[in-house]
Amino acid sequence: MATINLNINGKQQAVDVDPKTPLLWVLRDHLDLVGAKYGCGMAQCGACTVIMEGNAVRSCSLPVSSVANKKITTIEGLSANGDHPVQKAWLEHDVAQCGYCQAGQIMAAVALLGKKPNPSDEEIETAMNGNICRCGTYLRIKAAINTAAKS
Amino acid sequence: MNTKTSRRAFLKVSVLASGGMLLSFNSLLLGKSFTREAMSLSAESFELNSFIKIATDGTITLMSANPEFGSNVKTSMPMILADELDVDWGKVTVEQADFYPERFQRQFTGGSQGIRLGWKPLRTAGATARRMLVEAAAKTWSVPVEEITTESGMLYHRGSGKKAGYGEMASLAATLPVPKDVQLKKLSALNIIGTSQKNVEGKSIVTGKPLFGMDYKQDGMLIAMVTHAPAIGQAIKSVDDKAARAMPGIKDIFTINTLRDDYERNAFDTTTFTEMVVVVGNTTWEVMNAKKALKIEWQLAPEKKIMVKGWGGSTQPVVIPAGLESTVTHKAKMKEMSAKPGNVLRKDGDPEGAFKTAAKIIERTYTAPYLAHNTMEPVNCFAHVTAEKAEIFGATQAPEFIMQTLVARLGLPKEKIHIRLARMGGGFGLRAYCHHILEAALISQKVNAPVKMVYTREDDMTYGIYRPTYTATYKAGLDEKNNLIAFHVRGGGVPEHAVHANRFPAGAVDNYLAEGWEINSNITIGAFRAPRSNFIAAAEQSFLDELAELAGKDPIAFRLELLDRAKTNPVGKNNDYNPDRYAGVLKLVREKSNWDQTKPNISRGVAAYFCHNTYVAEVVDLRLDGNKPVIEKVVAGVDCGIVVNPDAAANMGEGAIVDGIGNVLFGEMTFKDGVPEKNNFHQYKMVRQKDAPGAIEVHFVKNEEEPTGLGEPLFPPIFAAVANALYRASGKRYYDQPFEKQIQVNRSRM
Repeated sequence: MATINLNINGKQQAVDVDPKTPLLWVLRDHLDLVGAKYGCGMAQCGACTVIMEGNAVRSCSLPVSSVANKKITTIEGLSANGDHPVQKAWLEHDVAQCGYCQAGQIMAAVALLGKKPNPSDEEIETAMNGNICRCGTYLRIKAAINTAAKS
Repeated sequence: MNTKTSRRAFLKVSVLASGGMLLSFNSLLLGKSFTREAMSLSAESFELNSFIKIATDGTITLMSANPEFGSNVKTSMPMILADELDVDWGKVTVEQADFYPERFQRQFTGGSQGIRLGWKPLRTAGATARRMLVEAAAKTWSVPVEEITTESGMLYHRGSGKKAGYGEMASLAATLPVPKDVQLKKLSALNIIGTSQKNVEGKSIVTGKPLFGMDYKQDGMLIAMVTHAPAIGQAIKSVDDKAARAMPGIKDIFTINTLRDDYERNAFDTTTFTEMVVVVGNTTWEVMNAKKALKIEWQLAPEKKIMVKGWGGSTQPVVIPAGLESTVTHKAKMKEMSAKPGNVLRKDGDPEGAFKTAAKIIERTYTAPYLAHNTMEPVNCFAHVTAEKAEIFGATQAPEFIMQTLVARLGLPKEKIHIRLARMGGGFGLRAYCHHILEAALISQKVNAPVKMVYTREDDMTYGIYRPTYTATYKAGLDEKNNLIAFHVRGGGVPEHAVHANRFPAGAVDNYLAEGWEINSNITIGAFRAPRSNFIAAAEQSFLDELAELAGKDPIAFRLELLDRAKTNPVGKNNDYNPDRYAGVLKLVREKSNWDQTKPNISRGVAAYFCHNTYVAEVVDLRLDGNKPVIEKVVAGVDCGIVVNPDAAANMGEGAIVDGIGNVLFGEMTFKDGVPEKNNFHQYKMVRQKDAPGAIEVHFVKNEEEPTGLGEPLFPPIFAAVANALYRASGKRYYDQPFEKQIQVNRSRM
């Protein structure tokens, strides 16, 4: 066990956990932030995506010790009222079916738009290819990202 | 269940539920509130029936009875209630009901039946509540019932100028007798049904709120994980848990046996592994690590003979064979069986004789592998079982099927078992099988604590309950004028065949033979989006494409010709489709896709299918980038009757198309010596953003037919539409799914 200082959604907090614990399980089990989802545990599906220092990262495969003091944003920290432009675009296009992967999709989209405010369709496809949606809402995801880029 | 029965049953329930009326929410179930939200209403709330609660402040709460797995029933079904109740959709609150079959009848999500079977009961429930409010107003104002009108949750009496909100009349309405024959709105007067309304849980989804079983947490809750045998056909020999027990955060390690061999199972009690080693601890990561430290020896499981109660209630003996099975062996056995006659499922005319006179004969064999459901949310369930009661919270498509088994196995009466329905992170058929609920409940009972049981992705993907592997051999005979005179399908699989003997083209051919055969196996199978149809449509519609080519006919025109025959002069009596509606979707897709125009560098394929009461035709526009298929566009024509929520319906159609593209190109589970050879997404290729079509259009036939299913019917035709487009792009036919690695341009044919 070790005490690790985390900067999550603008809040500094210390957790006392096995330093090898993936960030995902610290978020979900210790901090009650369950928006990031467990899908594969090996960075293959993107359901656990959060943003660290501006980059989309797979929290299921990042030991918590490696993210100490780094600026981390989860879906819960994206906006106070669910009105981040990407969230709004997701609602406008009524993207979700089951919804399980969508927090990860949204975080990947936010990271993409942070780097490329006006991505081409090809750039969207490349950036979003790591996030599986088993319900197959890919076209709406792409459309929502285009809408968010325009807003 | 037919609609008539369910409606009658529903009305009976309405009477019961509204008999005493001022029902206290505290007394309904296990001393707990029926829904937690109900407790927080500040105004007094009245139930007009199982589905509708109206508070004195006018708050209208509609119950969504069916479990939600992404088909949007939690929005679309309450829309039906709201329309007949005559309220503003924007002002209602929708709540997920707990499992409570005495109130809600059918709480099953599957078979694309939610809207179809809910249509009349939900309209009736809405209209009945509206009528009770009208009667209450008439009584209060001492005016005739006929003079009262409603609009947007308000009651009006034009003559006197009196008006009142529903909330003001709710307490009186709730005491009135339930009217028997209420008038439903005319279809033209419906103003919510047929409009696109957004997912009622959209905001919770995009803000990451805890909605899923996996997100559930309560004080004192422990985490449990199970370890099942690595191979199907194995059982536990010995467990060495010394190292695992010593690891941090671990509370207990033990073995559970979920179903005894002499337990008469229900149809949905499918269980691959009845024995599991369980690790219970404080946190997911700790339990995951301890699970890896278990040292378990496995041995061959013996053959089992069990009894299984089928849908109809009759019990059949089932043999689960011993042994470790492999895909190679399955393929060889299937090939061998395909060469022999199967059980005759339907025979019209004289197929043998007709084939002898045919000018041209074509025979082709199609195969498809096992598929894993791979819902994004791995299997999990919360349970808290004590000596007095059981609390369950989890994802299930079919709570009714597990209740009986929980009663038998936990030793509690069903009144003491409370199942709350979590939003499901996907279902696709997988969550009709409720072994996870039983496992979680037994673990909680053993450790005497609230427990959330979680499968790793690997546990989930290797558990079994797959879409079966299938094959079908089609043979057709054409006469000298290229008329179809003989048709033969022989289908089989492990452990079931996929032949629907009375579906198209049965009825359109004078000489027709359908046969089926099956090979028993210990590899468990289960419903997978459009069971059986998802394979047989691929085979049949690929074959019809090749047959049309042999006959020198356009693939759509060829199908329409057959459908015309089935309409004007049908062969046989049990043809399970309406030729007009079938032809209707083909004509719609022909028009919407501009089928008759060629597009530069684009190859097109068409397929159509009828299943789950809905007709669908799809056209795929595809090009090859090297050997990689790029799907530019898919156009679908759908006849599912009245469309309740058009944009949500289109979303589901788009999803089914994308799902089918993934499965026909990549989807595959294989076995070696009983071991599923893929256990996570690095091995099991899923359809991703780059594989999705450039565009999808879903067009609905506009008619006034009662609504039918939509979750499944757009899935089966896409397999063959892709195969047929791939043929035109590459000059090569594809028979064995998945196709991705076989795609190659046949230059000699181009």
